[in-house]
Amino acid sequence: MVTPRALEHEFETQDLMINMGPQHPSTHGVFRMVLTIDGEVVRDVVPYVGYMHRGAEKLCETMDYRQGIGYMDRTEYLANFNAELSYVMAVEKLLDIDVPERAQWIRMILCELNRISSHFMFTGAFGTDVGVFGTAFTYSFIQREIVQDLFEEITGDRLMYAYFRPGGLAWEVTDNFVARVHEVLADMRQGVIDIDGLLTHNEIFVARTKGVGYISGQDAIDYGMSGPALRASGVDLDIRKAEPYLYYDQIDFDVPLGEHGDVYDRFVLRVEEIRQSIRIVEQCIERLQPGPIQPERMPRMLRTPPGEVYIRTEAPRGEYGIYLVSKGGNRPYRLKIRSACLSNLQALKHMTVGQYVADAVIVLGSIDIVLCEVDR
Amino acid sequence: MRGIAKSMLTTLSAFTRRPVTREYPERHRPIPERDRAFPILLWDQGIDEPFCTGCHACERACPVECMTVLMKDNPRHTSQGGNSSRRKIIDKFWIDYGRCMRCNICVEVCNFDAIAMNNTWQGHELSVYDRSDLVMDLPQLLSQHRQGNLKEWVAE
Ligand code: SF4
Ligand code: SF4
Repeated sequence: MVTPRALEHEFETQDLMINMGPQHPSTHGVFRMVLTIDGEVVRDVVPYVGYMHRGAEKLCETMDYRQGIGYMDRTEYLANFNAELSYVMAVEKLLDIDVPERAQWIRMILCELNRISSHFMFTGAFGTDVGVFGTAFTYSFIQREIVQDLFEEITGDRLMYAYFRPGGLAWEVTDNFVARVHEVLADMRQGVIDIDGLLTHNEIFVARTKGVGYISGQDAIDYGMSGPALRASGVDLDIRKAEPYLYYDQIDFDVPLGEHGDVYDRFVLRVEEIRQSIRIVEQCIERLQPGPIQPERMPRMLRTPPGEVYIRTEAPRGEYGIYLVSKGGNRPYRLKIRSACLSNLQALKHMTVGQYVADAVIVLGSIDIVLCEVDR
Repeated sequence: MRGIAKSMLTTLSAFTRRPVTREYPERHRPIPERDRAFPILLWDQGIDEPFCTGCHACERACPVECMTVLMKDNPRHTSQGGNSSRRKIIDKFWIDYGRCMRCNICVEVCNFDAIAMNNTWQGHELSVYDRSDLVMDLPQLLSQHRQGNLKEWVAE
């Protein structure tokens, strides 16, 4: 095989700047990067973000705590429950209220199911990036739709759930919730088998992704990466284990780690995370007891005491943090969203320089960015 | 090679499975009773007037400020010789569906259970050619429930 290095010595070439995005089908949203290429080899990458900036943080400062929940959904539209969770947990910590046990378990189940659906979305979209056009995408979309049907039955909306509330949940889950979750899990197990068959062990897929977009564990930490993209480089940091929130400390699950820090590892790791999430949901369902889903006495209008909190949770893409400053009153004084995708995106240049142009697409895909979360 | 063969086999196995898609405009998926399309106003069939008293609670709570509410004295109040116990009643009501983020907050804050999220297919199929057609006025907001095609669902 002719390596990029060998080509470099053989021909005299001139660097060329090309623009990729913001309307490129493989940029997963409105994202633009300017590539400096030397033949087929990427020499430099300059990412431009902000096309989707809506000022969600500032908007939330103008509205009360319940109204802000809807905006959290819109920052992270593939893992809405995880985004809502960080926000309501931050408000709960400021208010110092105890959330009923049942509400916490349901939150855990929904968050893990959301992780599953988000990772399925990733496997499909990533398959398309790699070149398995359509097939993997439709297979994983079937699974995602199944999860979404469940969410719709519970919350009433397919995408923007607005279901978590400070203190608990907006309303009770459906009567057949447990049975439905079991059904969904059965489908998810089949889905993992499908994805494994379609991609994970497929030689073409492996050849395309192995060794591409390498980043070492130390570099990943330096760039502030988190989530599966960090763990693929072998760094054992999962907030569910490191700083357990909800009831993750009572649940038995493994945190898969990668060895090579390449694109293939990031893919395999997410597929493994789906399996672990299925395990978590199974255990949560067993412990789900009837009970209240809101504290006994909740004021109609939430007023927080002055103070500041930082809450971080493990969203499918990494650490989703909410930094909330209150000066009293019913709305945040300052709200800052620590977006996992934005930090992960910083490492794009590190991973892409020296690779082929075609690999830039799959490296970007392997970070699994949601541009709405990057730009907020 | 084994991996590729297995991959092909996975694709082939799809022939044995049930189809998961529907031919949408012809066939509609049944939607759950909690489905949230857009907010609509409810009609008090007993007294034959809207439930809404025009109290502005929903208007103030709406995160995107897409509602406009105007109230008036109820001409059918008992003091006026009518049969209604509502002293005030809704005069004009607009909701801009183009701005509504379907957050359910207006339904939660209403003390009179006068507003609900449309949970029928009519609530979803609202394509228009002009954005201003998405601003719904009082008769449009009331018509769905007045005709009785709404599945009742009230969150505890
Ligand atoms: S819908 Fe309810 S909250 Fe809104 S104005 Fe009417 S009565 Fe008041
Ligand atoms: S659903 Fe939300 S955005 Fe829509 S009208 Fe009601 S409060 Fe406003």
